[in-house]
Amino acid sequence: MRRIRVIPALLIKDKGLVKSVKFKSHKYVGDPINAVKIFNEKEVDEILVLDISATEQHRGPDFNAIGNLASEAFMPLAYGGGITSLEEIKKLFHCGVEKVVINHAAFKNPSLVRQGADYVGSQSIVVSIDVKKNLFGKYKVYVENGKMNTGIDPIEYARDQEAAGAGELLLNAIDKDGTFEGYDTVLIKQVASSVQIPVVAIGGASSISDFEIAVRHGASAVAAGSLFVFQMPHRAVLISYPSEIELKKKLYSNIK
Amino acid sequence: MLYIVDFGVGNLTSIQNMLKKVGCESIISGSGDDISKATKILLPGMGAFDNCMQRFNDSGLRSLVEKKALDEKIPVLGICVGLQMFMRGSEEGVLPGLGWVQGDTIRFRQQQMSAENKIPNMGWLDIVQKKPSVLFKDVDEARFYFAHSYHVRVDDAKDELLSAHYGYDFTVAVERNNIFGVQFHPEKSHRFGMKLLENFARYPT
Repeated sequence: MRRIRVIPALLIKDKGLVKSVKFKSHKYVGDPINAVKIFNEKEVDEILVLDISATEQHRGPDFNAIGNLASEAFMPLAYGGGITSLEEIKKLFHCGVEKVVINHAAFKNPSLVRQGADYVGSQSIVVSIDVKKNLFGKYKVYVENGKMNTGIDPIEYARDQEAAGAGELLLNAIDKDGTFEGYDTVLIKQVASSVQIPVVAIGGASSISDFEIAVRHGASAVAAGSLFVFQMPHRAVLISYPSEIELKKKLYSNIK
Repeated sequence: MLYIVDFGVGNLTSIQNMLKKVGCESIISGSGDDISKATKILLPGMGAFDNCMQRFNDSGLRSLVEKKALDEKIPVLGICVGLQMFMRGSEEGVLPGLGWVQGDTIRFRQQQMSAENKIPNMGWLDIVQKKPSVLFKDVDEARFYFAHSYHVRVDDAKDELLSAHYGYDFTVAVERNNIFGVQFHPEKSHRFGMKLLENFARYPT
């Protein structure tokens, strides 16, 4: 049986847990520590915490807050947001973080990915790639929370980051974020088939069957935000996660 | 007392956190005076093999830990690269390993795997237990979290404690007398890893 990692993604803004739609209209959904505790009880495969205000506010990671989250997480914790130096990466590991997620700094300073991989190993360096279609319908890599178009093709970018030492790619489809429309399978297929390292798909998941579709298109793991913090149709805040039995029945058993 | 050896690598805080959760005391230390008092040792490891070996060699703790492990025969548990360090060496680097267990560390053989088996292997695997062990007291079913591109291959099948399947079957835990090692991260494997660490910490010596 092949287990597929199913990863709740938590966004932090000004110390609160928020959720966006297409990287905009952030809605406050609660307290991060409480959410991590609940996900820990639900025995999630891994947890992804992204501080989306760090880079914007030109500051580094909030090590205290991250240490508190990590002490509640008896599963792998990946942290991203505001990381610009090897010193910060080292400090994050000391806080109990298992993987660091590098987004903006991987674009501005690719040597950081190499330095990080040499120090903590590739398996702990995740490069996050935010992708949006431009006016001509071509996929482009965006940075600064989806505000700045780098003009780079995601396939080329993914290959460069793999070569730089990334051990995993977090592939975020901005146009799908928070929409419950399903993953961008075209994007997943393009990127996953171009690299040897695992690709984690995020953006648009509405059900377990979306996970299966993403995996069939080449994703090694799936992440979701809204799906695990909102209850449809009214987006009431409710933290949820499928049970192992459900995952076995609806996901693992459908995949070779 | 259980000592977690601090030679500058590994996620020590997470290991200690989990032990604390099950009420087991441990001390993180890189001091020879401390380690000489240890009755159990946990050897973490993370990142590149040579970096781990170099740091361990430079820490000044190696001969002491070897004396504890090989002469006094106190229980030692290696985690991730900590396990790989027990071998003769690794394809990832050029430095010799500790050679406490006869075997090598090799990179996943891509040609023996299918395309969906990406490297590094990241995620949860079910395990197959190869022999009885104090580490698996009261554990009937377990899964563990892995994040690695290299794995061990032991010469003597009797040293293999657990195997798992990723592209092919490979050894994910070894046990040879008082030497234990696991490729996965018990400190990040929920109640399964918690039980394993607790069993290691509590079993009488």
